[in-house]
Amino acid sequence: MINKQISSPAEAVADIFDGATVMVGGFGEAGSPIELIHALIDQGATNLTLVNNNTGTGEVGLAALIKAGRVSKMICSFPRTANSTVFPKLYHSGKTKLELVPQGTLAERIRAGGAGIPAFYTATSFGTPLAEGKEVRTIDGRDYVLEYGLTADFTLIKGIVADTYGNVIYNKTARNFAPVMAMAGKVTIAQAATILHPGGLDPEIIITPGIFVNRVVHVENPEYESELVLSGATYPS
Amino acid sequence: MTTEQEVIGRTREQMAERVAQDIPDGSYVNLGIGIPELIAHYVPEGREFIYHTENGLLGMGPSPEVGGGEPELINAGKRRVTAISGACYFHHADSFAMIRGGHIDLCVLGALQVAENGDLANWSTGGADAIPAVGGAMDLVAGVKTIYVITQHNTKDGQPKLVERCSFPLTGVNVVSRIYTDLAVIEVSEKGFQLVELSPGVSFEYVQERTGAKLLPIPSK
Repeated sequence: MINKQISSPAEAVADIFDGATVMVGGFGEAGSPIELIHALIDQGATNLTLVNNNTGTGEVGLAALIKAGRVSKMICSFPRTANSTVFPKLYHSGKTKLELVPQGTLAERIRAGGAGIPAFYTATSFGTPLAEGKEVRTIDGRDYVLEYGLTADFTLIKGIVADTYGNVIYNKTARNFAPVMAMAGKVTIAQAATILHPGGLDPEIIITPGIFVNRVVHVENPEYESELVLSGATYPS
Repeated sequence: MTTEQEVIGRTREQMAERVAQDIPDGSYVNLGIGIPELIAHYVPEGREFIYHTENGLLGMGPSPEVGGGEPELINAGKRRVTAISGACYFHHADSFAMIRGGHIDLCVLGALQVAENGDLANWSTGGADAIPAVGGAMDLVAGVKTIYVITQHNTKDGQPKLVERCSFPLTGVNVVSRIYTDLAVIEVSEKGFQLVELSPGVSFEYVQERTGAKLLPIPSK
């Protein structure tokens, strides 16, 4: 019998190990699996390589994980956001390394990683500092930069509805990186506000097929980063 | 009483309105953060544009009322937006397939510098203290069919933004086709900066003095 539902965020992230690469869905607060991130902070794994478009805001969620000193390297496209103060400090002190990747290249590296494609050529970044040291190939008269696929030991994402087979649908622009990250994670953990039995979701509307998801966790009323930051919340409080 | 400083050329709103006039009906358009966002307020009568935001929405509508909207319906600048009737959502790899695959017709971006060969610098001043952040700018300039720049002609301290060669780190090589500033509309041609139109009340000499490269005059008819 297949039932991927796990009883709590804590249980779902229990085996994330020191030194793991962890992809975290979300673009800003949209799609940020904040309860799974907080469970990872409680769990204590450290020396993580984190993949996310941003570096979080305030001192909750992603920013709290970084502030707790658990992240040795960030792979992201835009680490500089209003209200984002935690990462800059650690970056300047050299405690957290940064691999800056153009946003579309980041998405495609993750998609490629999940699709079994080791590398690809893209025109993005050719002739810029982000292409320095990278292999370049001219195809049909245009120059392209070689970029490598990206995979992770664990992926944390947030859906709005999932079923116990691991099928997931999302809420509006909360979808962003989650579908490709789900493909690229060896172990993909999805939190969702509603979890249904198989058949509860119309097969025609499923966005992430269950084969890409290993664990689903029910988080009925997920928190939003902006609301937590506005209320002055920190994690742990 | 202080006297108001003389204002020459177009305001930000007038610049945005001027760009909008050049966007064909039915275009799929990606607007950068800042002045480019104003363009959406000036869609000419009888035309329809569909706005793409790279975080996964085609059919972005206007901002919700202050205090309204929802945290998971946002634009690339992470501000709350609305979705028009007929909009669709998609994941990031599909969104950048639209960009990189040449499916988006036009992108309008801000600039730190534009060179006379169309090189664009708009993501980093290269300062040692600055945390580098690139977002989707490099993908947009590499993949969208047409790239327009909308920018003040000069920096706040009077330095030209239109130059022979960019001194700041590049976003893309030979990518910009047109530049809309407070002073002029300029095309990037094979021969360099080709003046297309002067803003009302602005002379060629005035613009040339404020441009860091040779400006080719409008050909006489």
